[in-house]
Amino acid sequence: MDEKVPAQSNPARSDSVVAGIDVGGTFTDLILIDGRNGGKVRIAKTPTTLDNQAFGVVSALGATGFSASAIDLIVHGTTTTTNAVLERRLARTGMITTAGFRDVIELGRRTRPQAYGMTGTFVPVIPRNLRLEVAERMEASGSVRVPLDEGAVRQAVQTLLAAGCESLVVHFLHAYANPTHERRAAEIAAELWPNDHITAGHTLLSEAREFERGVTASVNAAVQPILERYVARLRKELAAQGYERDFLIMNGNGGMISARFVAREAAKTVMSGPASGVIAAAYTGRRSGHRNLVTYDMGGTSTDVALIRDAEPAVSNEIELEYAMPIHVPMVAVHTVGAGGGSIARVDAAGLIRVGPESAGASPGPICYGRGGTDPTITDANLVLGRLSPNKLLAVDNPVTVESVARVFEDRIGLFTNLSGVEAAGAVLKLANMKMAGAIRMVSVGRGHDPRDFTLFAFGGAGPLHASALARELGLPRVLVPARPGITNALGCVVADLRHDFVNTLNQPVATLDEQQVHDVLERHRAEGEALIAKEAVKPQAIRISHSADMQFVGQTHLINVPLPSSKVDRATLQDLFEKAYFARFKVELPEIRANLVNLNTSVIGVRPQIDLSTLIDPVGRASTLKKAWLEIRPVWYDGTWHDTPVYARDGLPLDAVIKGPAIIEQMDATTVLEPGDRAKSDADGNLIVEVGSR
Amino acid sequence: MTHITLDAITLSVIQAALQQVCDEMDLTFSRAAFSPVIAEANDRSDGIYSAIDGSLIAQGSQGLPVFVGVMQHSTRTVIEMIAAGRCLPPQPGDIYIVNDPYLGGTHLMDVRFVMPVYRDGNVFCWLSNTGHWPDIGGAVPGGFSASATAVEQEGLRLPPVKLFKKGVLDPEIYAIICSNIRVADQRIGDIKAQAAALLVGQDRLGEILDRYGDQTVSAAIRELRERAAEQMRANIAAIPDGIYRSKAFVDSDGVIDEPLTIALAVEKKDETLTFDFAGSSKPCAGPMNSVLATTLSSVYLAMRHIFPDVPISAGAFEPLVVKSPEGTFLDARYPRPVSGCAAEVSQRIAEAVFAAMVQALPGKVTAAPAGSSGNFALGGHDPARGRDYVMYQISGGGYGGNAWHDGLSNGCSTIGISKSPPVEIMEQAFPVLYRHYALREGSGGAGRHRGGLGLAYEVELLRGEARASFVMDHGRFGPQGVLGGKDGAVNTVTVIRDGKEHVPPHLSKEQDIPLKAGDRVRVGTPGGGGYGNPLERPTEAVRHDVVMGYYTPEEASRLFG
Repeated sequence: MDEKVPAQSNPARSDSVVAGIDVGGTFTDLILIDGRNGGKVRIAKTPTTLDNQAFGVVSALGATGFSASAIDLIVHGTTTTTNAVLERRLARTGMITTAGFRDVIELGRRTRPQAYGMTGTFVPVIPRNLRLEVAERMEASGSVRVPLDEGAVRQAVQTLLAAGCESLVVHFLHAYANPTHERRAAEIAAELWPNDHITAGHTLLSEAREFERGVTASVNAAVQPILERYVARLRKELAAQGYERDFLIMNGNGGMISARFVAREAAKTVMSGPASGVIAAAYTGRRSGHRNLVTYDMGGTSTDVALIRDAEPAVSNEIELEYAMPIHVPMVAVHTVGAGGGSIARVDAAGLIRVGPESAGASPGPICYGRGGTDPTITDANLVLGRLSPNKLLAVDNPVTVESVARVFEDRIGLFTNLSGVEAAGAVLKLANMKMAGAIRMVSVGRGHDPRDFTLFAFGGAGPLHASALARELGLPRVLVPARPGITNALGCVVADLRHDFVNTLNQPVATLDEQQVHDVLERHRAEGEALIAKEAVKPQAIRISHSADMQFVGQTHLINVPLPSSKVDRATLQDLFEKAYFARFKVELPEIRANLVNLNTSVIGVRPQIDLSTLIDPVGRASTLKKAWLEIRPVWYDGTWHDTPVYARDGLPLDAVIKGPAIIEQMDATTVLEPGDRAKSDADGNLIVEVGSR
Repeated sequence: MTHITLDAITLSVIQAALQQVCDEMDLTFSRAAFSPVIAEANDRSDGIYSAIDGSLIAQGSQGLPVFVGVMQHSTRTVIEMIAAGRCLPPQPGDIYIVNDPYLGGTHLMDVRFVMPVYRDGNVFCWLSNTGHWPDIGGAVPGGFSASATAVEQEGLRLPPVKLFKKGVLDPEIYAIICSNIRVADQRIGDIKAQAAALLVGQDRLGEILDRYGDQTVSAAIRELRERAAEQMRANIAAIPDGIYRSKAFVDSDGVIDEPLTIALAVEKKDETLTFDFAGSSKPCAGPMNSVLATTLSSVYLAMRHIFPDVPISAGAFEPLVVKSPEGTFLDARYPRPVSGCAAEVSQRIAEAVFAAMVQALPGKVTAAPAGSSGNFALGGHDPARGRDYVMYQISGGGYGGNAWHDGLSNGCSTIGISKSPPVEIMEQAFPVLYRHYALREGSGGAGRHRGGLGLAYEVELLRGEARASFVMDHGRFGPQGVLGGKDGAVNTVTVIRDGKEHVPPHLSKEQDIPLKAGDRVRVGTPGGGGYGNPLERPTEAVRHDVVMGYYTPEEASRLFG
């Protein structure tokens, strides 16, 4: 990993050419900002090539018409590792673990997939026959109880190699307290192992909880070869196009890392795509003066939601990728709500309308995609209600008429609820918005924040369709629809910083805390982070450090994250900050109980130069008046009745126009709906700021 | 009252809104709580109840399953006692506290708060929640005495009294409670969390009432109740008419070493299911009695596992008629001890329901799951830290095979949704060392779809002296296989003292077994029951089981042919 890479023609300068490329489930999105040409923007959207995502990346680059050799820096978001885990298309991986504990990652924490219904299955990342035990044992204190049987380690390594394993996990009990056995076993393995795909559990996550640490390490090892192969393929394909420099990959923590280093902590890329969307939101919001955001990215099968306070995305160490699949490394806290454009509507046995959780997904997808879908979905409801134009649908195979979709709503829902097809579609939309709003509230403003302080940042293909209605439900006063909502994740790649996160567990009462120790831990974090960033070929403009503490009252298990003003924080300040944060969340004061400091966290951020987002919009081709920007007037269904609604092309809107709802604003990859009573105006970066009318 | 006709849209929206109120109460309660039983194990539930009779309007989807329907009984009791003048009448801001099992409860550790919600000076509805407190006094820390013979030995029993008066905590009642329970210093945190959850519910419900109007919401609540009943009836109508009989057994009551029998006959007629427990054992001397509210709730939760799509409300329970189990241990009266009812007896009742219903719905119901909470408590003194401790190990077991697939291994109890604690956390907190914590090989009941595997663990006491207590079950009979499937392995407990093995005489229950450093406790939890003829299991699946070491080659050829 110490290979020398030629210093780059400093791509951190604002006059360089930077391309962000995000590979999503359906589309590969690209945004290229040409700093040498006044920040001119090029955008491309090409179908994702599932077998080898690199082909889609190359074809997106080709679609820009820009020569790859003239690009200074490529930053890439990928779903390679996410898909590998969800579909269990993993590298053959072995585990060496403490005698008596090989089943930890299969046993889990005695859960079931859903609260009701005694069915469901679970497939561990590493099958049981490839999990081998060796004699060794640490106590919780970190003292050695049983010494490591090095001969047994050698033998286990050879057994796993003979079984065809490509990656290896060393996972010992209490290695967070004393990692010497894990380190030694990894050393021994390294002598025999033909590659460097060896993950010692404590290196990714140095915290107690053997199931979570073991799964995190196992996922890391099992996706390492897959990510590395992908990076190699992409490097080769890019080189064939003339791009020979290092490229960066978006990590789940919302920071970039060199493709040369990314595989070492491959597990961190499982949230690569969603994280970059949130980073773009934070960046866009900071520039536009909206520092508190709820991000809302609605896709085909699910919706991703995150909270941004004071332009900083919330970070969590406890992401669960799916049932019993915890990845406990710091990542942007993106919550997935199980509703998307493909969520299916039906009438249940009680005669009530239900939306989801079943989804038509991307295939067969909504009826209106013409791929054989027969169940009415949220996307279909938007079409029937005039919110979505049949001409604006992407990825349609065989066009279906609006009338025929409306008829499905009538037959499947209207007949049982005494509603017409349109009314049924309206009911589905209303209910879907209501349920999404509830789920969003639980993970965002429901946690003790005042919704009036927040703006809904809507992106993804379907986000801007629902945003105004959702903001009303949530009590958020405004919506921000970025200039290019359909390529927000790619934009995140372009604007992201270099970033490393650190966590250390102290678990001590604040009253008896060693202040010096706190300072030392936080300073050590800073030094390690700066050293890592110094290794990157891309040089940042500045280094930004932020510290926080995870705290609780003594006796609690849940934690509250408390931002710290500096590394030199004293006990009284810690106590005070915690009490304030706790009261803000629960409206509860507990003077009789002491506070506890559990974790110290640091983020070390290599700040890259600002990118001027105003180039995302093209001032050319604008109509002189709003009326001249009308594409058509079409009937759109709002809250029980049709309204004649002007439809605008976003690219043709006068830059200073104030648009009153009802209105529809269409652009290449997204449709924004303004409800009656809304007022929208563009800001300098071309973001549409919608002031939501009263209910 | 004016008649309001409601369209499907408004109804669907109000239903979702009421559900969200409860989900937010659940979330607030867990996140703010101190007791790990509530905060980590989600041993709590929140709901909305009718002003008239306390019947259930909506309940949080992440509430502990065993509390399905329980609080409507305690809320009704509070309403009745107020009407009878046995309880002070409510005022805005009041919160009643009650844990009396015989007044519509479970065991004493489950403490309920009940709060009136006012609109225009009248009670519009009640909010209530239940939280499992880590201790409520009584003979043993934690309240699970395996040998109690009267409820007084199990802890402090509270009739409904106002803990908060007009929004202010009553310091006198609080002082009485704290003087009667262990680790009292943190209870103030749980009390405030439990009240905070109700206040969140009150605010959120107020917003909904303001938005849609009190009359519209009232009409919707009535209509939703009727529709939930219709939905359950529609599910029931698809079941063939007939009487489906089953039995399930509790190993013993903890005091007298004889099995307790749950005899169940479920009669399906038209759109109703009638559950008759006639022939079940008489009330028992030990703590394995169930109070009526818990018995009803156990039937409801089992049916909800079978029909998870019907929303929880009083309407859903209407077509489920439970004949009074008077005279049996499933309808215990004062002063019968009841600590085992919520954790173990409830799961045997659910197992009896599954075993009856699988005959009627073989494509929908699973073979019996392990169905024990696996409570193992260790109380002692740690000389290295100079302090006393109480450690709880709860554990999962195998789920039953079913029409689609093998049972899940190490699943949570039927009545719970809680996670078990990590070994590393246990070893940090207590002077113990786990020698293994593993899948229990061979424990899944054989079948075309086999049962899931149970858990095997062994704990060694490192320092000082301690006493071990067990409240588990299925030590005598394994979880039942169905349709030709075999039973899952029985629960085993072995205590190794001075190198000598001791098996509790009641197999799954014993109290206060003295241990000293070096002594060990070895537990094997039950595997799930098998589903269908084991000889029909595909060869490939059997081979996979052997490669993975789930069964030895000998076991595989004996069980699966």
